[in-house]
Amino acid sequence: MTGAIWNLLLALAWVVLSGDFTGLNLVVGLVFGYIALLLIEPQVESLKGYPGRIPRILGFIGFFIKELLMANLKVGFDILTPPWHMKPGVIAMPLAARTELEITMVANLISLTPGTLSLDVSDDRKVLYIHAMFLDDEEELRRNLKEMEHRALELFR
Amino acid sequence: MIEFIKGVFVISGALLMLLASLGILRLPDLLTRMHATTKAAALGVILIMLAVAMHFAEVGVAARAFAIIVFILMTAPVAAHVIGRAGYFVGSKLWSGTVKDELRPNYDPLTHQLKSGHETEANARREPKESDPS
Repeated sequence: MTGAIWNLLLALAWVVLSGDFTGLNLVVGLVFGYIALLLIEPQVESLKGYPGRIPRILGFIGFFIKELLMANLKVGFDILTPPWHMKPGVIAMPLAARTELEITMVANLISLTPGTLSLDVSDDRKVLYIHAMFLDDEEELRRNLKEMEHRALELFR
Repeated sequence: MIEFIKGVFVISGALLMLLASLGILRLPDLLTRMHATTKAAALGVILIMLAVAMHFAEVGVAARAFAIIVFILMTAPVAAHVIGRAGYFVGSKLWSGTVKDELRPNYDPLTHQLKSGHETEANARREPKESDPS
């Protein structure tokens, strides 16, 4: 959190000093501020972990967009062609997420990817029930869901 | 170049929305319909908003387009989850081709308790304690 505030302050300083008040220049300032923070990270205790988090967030967004597009194409293909290829079903996924916020995030991400829809969490918050559209390869699906959860949790911890 | 990207975004966004509406008509049960509508429609809106932001290339329009995308991403999964969950527990029939349902045996319609299916296993592995009633 301190890292994000410092990054923003450095970007504002960049904008003021260069005298070019545009959105693009603010982005340039953010990039230079990030590089500066990356360089001084080993010396400053309160910045620990901030520079490493940004690439992880960007990587996660990229991974998520890829999943979103692939799954949308699959569902779209099944809607357009007359015979049903889908094998829908409800599966139980054990959760690694523990707090309410983490469970909410994971459930929302699972709902957002086409082909899976989170239905409910068990009362003891250990299992998430998911309605999936393509259960032909259940192991593969479970592995994908686990990877998504793992990557999402990395952002918080 | 940017014209081309804009065109691709608008057309694919509109096609995704068409797919979503076809999905409502064709898919056999409530839960599979929720799959088609919320997600394809959300992605369609996102693509069209990106094209709008690129077309006007102004800070005000881009900021609003970005806000719309964020709000769609926040609300669409919650709505899908709530509608799907309500429909499932009210008792809407699943499609006959549904291959498995791991929720039904763990749900008690009288007390509305939803077990995780892990309690029994944990109980089975539990060591007996002295404080247990005999």
